[in-house]
Amino acid sequence: MVTTFKINEMDVSAGEGETILDVARQHHIHVPTLCHLEGLTPVGACRLCLVEVKGSAALVPACVTRAAEGMEISTDSERLQRYRRMIVEMLFAEGNHICAVCVSNGHCELQALAGDLGMTHSRLGFLYRQKRIDASHYRFAIDHNRCVLCTRCVRVCDEIEGAHTWDVMGRGIQSQVITDLAQPWGSSSTCTNCGKCINACPTGALFKKSKAVGEMEKDTHFLGYIRTMREVK
Amino acid sequence: MMARARLATVWLDGCSGCHMSFLDLDEVLLDLAARVDLVYSPLVDAKTFPEDVDVTLVEGAVSSSEDLEKIQHIRRHTRRLIALGDCAVTGNVPSMRNMYPVSAVLARAYTDTAQIPGTPRDAVPALLPVVRPVHLVVPVDVVLPGCPPPAALIKEVLLAVLDGTTPNLKARFG
Repeated sequence: MVTTFKINEMDVSAGEGETILDVARQHHIHVPTLCHLEGLTPVGACRLCLVEVKGSAALVPACVTRAAEGMEISTDSERLQRYRRMIVEMLFAEGNHICAVCVSNGHCELQALAGDLGMTHSRLGFLYRQKRIDASHYRFAIDHNRCVLCTRCVRVCDEIEGAHTWDVMGRGIQSQVITDLAQPWGSSSTCTNCGKCINACPTGALFKKSKAVGEMEKDTHFLGYIRTMREVK
Repeated sequence: MMARARLATVWLDGCSGCHMSFLDLDEVLLDLAARVDLVYSPLVDAKTFPEDVDVTLVEGAVSSSEDLEKIQHIRRHTRRLIALGDCAVTGNVPSMRNMYPVSAVLARAYTDTAQIPGTPRDAVPALLPVVRPVHLVVPVDVVLPGCPPPAALIKEVLLAVLDGTTPNLKARFG
């Protein structure tokens, strides 16, 4: 069944199961995302893809919302830009993102978002919370200072690798991603050392050891490849 | 002839990389020299910050009692203040000590890892409890992130400010 609706006054249509974000991307309408990764189940965690629906006061996350017939969606209003900039400022305020000395400097989705959304400084200041680094794995490490809790690592490990080594522990500001039952990554009995989490991570939180500043480039192409291979019957 | 603008540059808690990037303006420095008088800077010999400055570029975060006094004095005597580079804009590397109390930072530098232990007390300015970006200490007119900001961006922003317009910059951290 096909649904017809409008995005930014353009007539568009969605096929069965397609989200507003899917349709926007088909029409090259840019909607910023951070927790979304093509090939993984969307969760609507980061709220960057919030869009306006005419006649509704509530904003909806485009990545997990299916359009209804006749909906009129707006993706780039001044209000949305303001909210998106505030979301990114809060991510910077909560973490300890020192781009200049990060392995992902120049290849980071958070850094790029800040630039794209015109975030030149933080009006909020920073929390400077002490966060851990776990370098116990023989090839990989996680720096929680740079984690934005997008859960892309959790989902790729569960849905694609089938290991479910990663999960989330704690609530609110205490939330953090963990390996197994919050054990050191290097002692994990479920981790297959595949490295999918490293590539799925949008920032420098998950990285390969031996990478220096700016050297950690992520590659998520494997997701499309694996998905295509698995769909071939 | 248009009055020459009085330009200053200052170096708080930073690595001087932003000043290096400023010097990377190369031949544009000649055009700039025709428009401004550089009245105070690590690059010139003036020892005290003058009373009446049109534009000041600030490199570095506010980390010590001296930085704090300087930036407050500078703000009072500057028409347009530009936070130059990530240390001035976000705190950057100097702010990485904010996760720890000052006593732990000093102990690490001057006791735990020192061959001849001894924490300097009188000869150097005291560290503030928290390193802060400039705009969280005094009002800033223009922020220019980057580590360092590319010379081309410094040029664009500085010329816009000298022309009295607001620069519309495409800059990023790091």
